[in-house]
This record gives sequence, C-alpha cells and structure tokens, in this order.
Amino acid sequence: MSDSTTTTTTRRNWLRRSLLLAGGSTSAAVAARVADQYGLVPPDARGIWAPGHTLNYASHRLLAGDAPAREFTRDQISRPPHANGKPPSDAEYVRHRESGFADWRLRIEGMVERPGEFSVAELRAMPVRSQVTQVACEEGWSYIAEWTGVPLTALLERVGMTPKAKYVVYHSIQPRWWDSIDMYDALHPQTLVVCGMNGGTLPVGHGAPLRLRVPRQLGYKSVKYLTRLTVTDSLEGFGKGMGSFAAERGYAWYSGI
Amino acid sequence: MAETTVCAPGAGAQATEARTGATRVANAAARHSATVRVTHWITSLCFLAMLVTGVEILISHPRFYWGETGNVQMKPWFTLPIPASRGSVNSGYNFVLKDQNSWSRSLHFQAGWLLVFAAISYGLHGLQSGHFRRNLLPAAGDLTWRRMTAALRDKPRWEYNAVQRLTYLAVVFGLFPLMIWTGLAMAPGFVAGYPWVAGVWGGQQSARTIHFAVTALLLIFVFGHVAMVYRTGFSKRTRAMITGHEAGRSER
Repeated sequence: MSDSTTTTTTRRNWLRRSLLLAGGSTSAAVAARVADQYGLVPPDARGIWAPGHTLNYASHRLLAGDAPAREFTRDQISRPPHANGKPPSDAEYVRHRESGFADWRLRIEGMVERPGEFSVAELRAMPVRSQVTQVACEEGWSYIAEWTGVPLTALLERVGMTPKAKYVVYHSIQPRWWDSIDMYDALHPQTLVVCGMNGGTLPVGHGAPLRLRVPRQLGYKSVKYLTRLTVTDSLEGFGKGMGSFAAERGYAWYSGI
Repeated sequence: MAETTVCAPGAGAQATEARTGATRVANAAARHSATVRVTHWITSLCFLAMLVTGVEILISHPRFYWGETGNVQMKPWFTLPIPASRGSVNSGYNFVLKDQNSWSRSLHFQAGWLLVFAAISYGLHGLQSGHFRRNLLPAAGDLTWRRMTAALRDKPRWEYNAVQRLTYLAVVFGLFPLMIWTGLAMAPGFVAGYPWVAGVWGGQQSARTIHFAVTALLLIFVFGHVAMVYRTGFSKRTRAMITGHEAGRSER
C-alpha cells in the first residue's frame, strides 16, 4: 500500500467527516430556528440543559399533541388519597382556613379584556368538569383521584383572553410556588381550576380551596392554594423569565417529561 | 501483510483479504469501526451519567410498586434498605439525604437524548456495515447447549463466541430499548398520546419497577463486560476500542 494512497484516503475521510459535522451543526441550527418559530422551545431553554429540555418539550408536542391524559374509573381511586407536603402555616392562610375560605379570591389579570376576581362560591357555581386522573410526582410516587373544577379554558374565555396571549402564569399563596403553562395546556379541556376532590371539597392537604390541575405534567405543575392567574405573551419579568420557580431551581419547566 | 493478519478478526478477515485485496485489509484489520468506537464511549459516558442521576432520583422514593399507582400510604412490592432524600419516606434511618433531584433529572434526560442519538447512529451503522450480522448474530450451529458451554470454557478468541453474541444482542436490542420504553411509560405527557406504552406493563409504577430492574441487569452486564476486558488484557482491549487497533501502532 503506497503512502500517497493512504494520505488521499485519510484526507478524503477527513473531508467527509468535516462536511458531515458541518452539515450536522447546520441542521441543528436550522432545527432550532424552526422549533422556535413553531413554539417548540420552552422558556427554560437556557444554559447547559437547553438541549434536553427542548427535545423533551418539542418531541411531546409533536408526538402527543392535544391527546388527553388517561382517565380512570372511580374504583381505581387511591384510598386514602396521599397528600404531600405541609399546608401553609402563615397567619393569612390560617385565617382563610378558619373562615372556610369565604374571602379567598382567584384574581385573573394580564392580557384579558375583563380582569377580575372570583370567589370559591362563584367558581363552584360555574359549569364544572369531573375527571379521574393520576398525579405523578417527580420523586416517583403517584395516586389517582377524582378532581372537580372549572376548565381553565372556560375561565379564560369568560375574562376575554386576547389572542396574542402565549402563557398563563399562576401563583400560590406560597410565594415561591409559581408556575406557568403554554396555550397547549391552558386551553386543554382537562386543565382545571379544581375546587373539589373525590366527591367532596378540596382538602387542605391537596391545596384548598383552589388548585390548578395539569394532568399531562408531573405533580409540581399542579400548584396548590391558587390565588392569581396572569395571562401574558412573554415570561420576561416573571422571576428570571424561565417560566417557573421550579425551572429557576433546575427542574424542567415542561414536566410532561 | 503478516502483521495485518495478526490483528484481523479471525478467519473472516483472511477471507476479506482474499476477496478485496490490500486496501480493504487495512480496514478489516481494525477491530472496531469508528462508529462503534465513538458510540461505545458516548454510550458509556451517558450510561454512567444516567446511573448516577437515576440513583439520585431513586433515593427520593426507594420503594417499588406493581400496577398503576404507589405512594407512602400504599404497601410497596419491595423497599430498598437505604436512606431516602425525603423526610416523607419512612426509610428506617434517622436522617434524610440531601436532595439533588433538580440537576439530576435534567442530566438524566439530556444524557438520555444523547444516548438515543448514539443508538440511532450505531443502529444504522450496524445494519449498513453488516456489523450486527457479522459480529453479533451467532451462527445457528453454535446455538447448541454443548457448543455454548464449551465456548464458555474455551480461552477467549478473536471473534465473539455465541454466548457473547447473544449477550450483546440482548443488551442492544432488548435491555436498552426496554429502558427507553419504560422511561417513556413514566412520562405523563407521552403516555397521554400513547396510553399502551404504560398499559402493557400494567401501569406506570410497574414501568418504574421494570426501569429499575433493567438498570440492575445492565449493571451486571457492565461488570461482566469490564471483567472480561480485564481478563483478556485491559490495555490491549481498551486501546482497540479507542484507536480501533489491537496493537499500539497503526497498520498502515
């Protein structure tokens, strides 16, 4: 085997590999542009975890679309229903709790025509939906319960959400537990502002009086003790702009996972 | 050419030499192709990352269930006798480990994606180059009990014996796909679109338990694999997986 043949082969191989590599990185850049255009890039696509978070989010949106979370039968409900974490112990929450949440208000603001407040009784009087779905925690445990509440999409329609809106940011009475969802989930019929569970009112351990249920994502997206919804077209200005407190701590913003 | 045949994978390479001449022999002399080498190390790195972060996620709830649901108020199928990173789990230890789930979860998924891309490259290469057919598919005649036990007693050879081939096939086409499958089965967003992905296992907790069991099997494979590399010459074999060649020098 002559040296010149080897050199040519090596050079050709090297050229081929460089072209492949260049082609690969160009297609990755093109894919990122297209993904951004079609709303396939999550707000926490920053720093070293951006590729993983984006691939999770984009692949689910492309492969699962609007598919509903699995619903179960009532005899599959977990008993007793597992309540994780401790309820808020601050004076304000205790006062609400002792008064039966009569003064509790859910405020809806931002890109809506008629911002306003809803009491728990007002929400209960609206058409509600009941569904038996699973709560799966990022820690690994899960339970099934029946959730009753007002579909978020109905509430957004009622307050006149502007078409430019892209996210709903939601807040708990626990100041550090806030999160947001895109319109795929906000307008999804199974996303509920929950006021009832397993046929009764929502227990304190499960987020009384109001909890957002996002059944297609892990439990931490289903914020308890819900006080405020902000409709927006940009997450800049909400914390670090990554869409949730969890995302700022390094958890994925999109937790359909 | 004598040097080349020393490093050629057994009789197969001699046949290649006869067929295609000198240029091809230099390539055939490589024990592992470039794609196999690169994807091997990417896979190793990703496996290590996923193992460490998987254990980190696991310790937040070291209890396993069968069926759809499982939580501390339910009876587990089995519990690992290790401390937990959550106070809500009664682990039997009077201390709670530090919670590192956030970056662990992010790294777990990111390494998972890298592994999937490596697996796709490896799979396409394996089909296109004949690597699966040539190096991993056992000859039908070698699949008798007598020949396989004999292969286990024999000294290691250049070519993989039938037991090694079956093991690699099981890992590549069985355990790794099963890991991805049971991982997806735990994702509520994915299962919404494809409920059967969790349903075939009897529920998401079953999938989680299988995910753990397959990790144990993969770990046994890794120990066996490294032990055999060690036994047949650690530096020689490792060099072959880095440079492609068994000997320290290039064949060219």
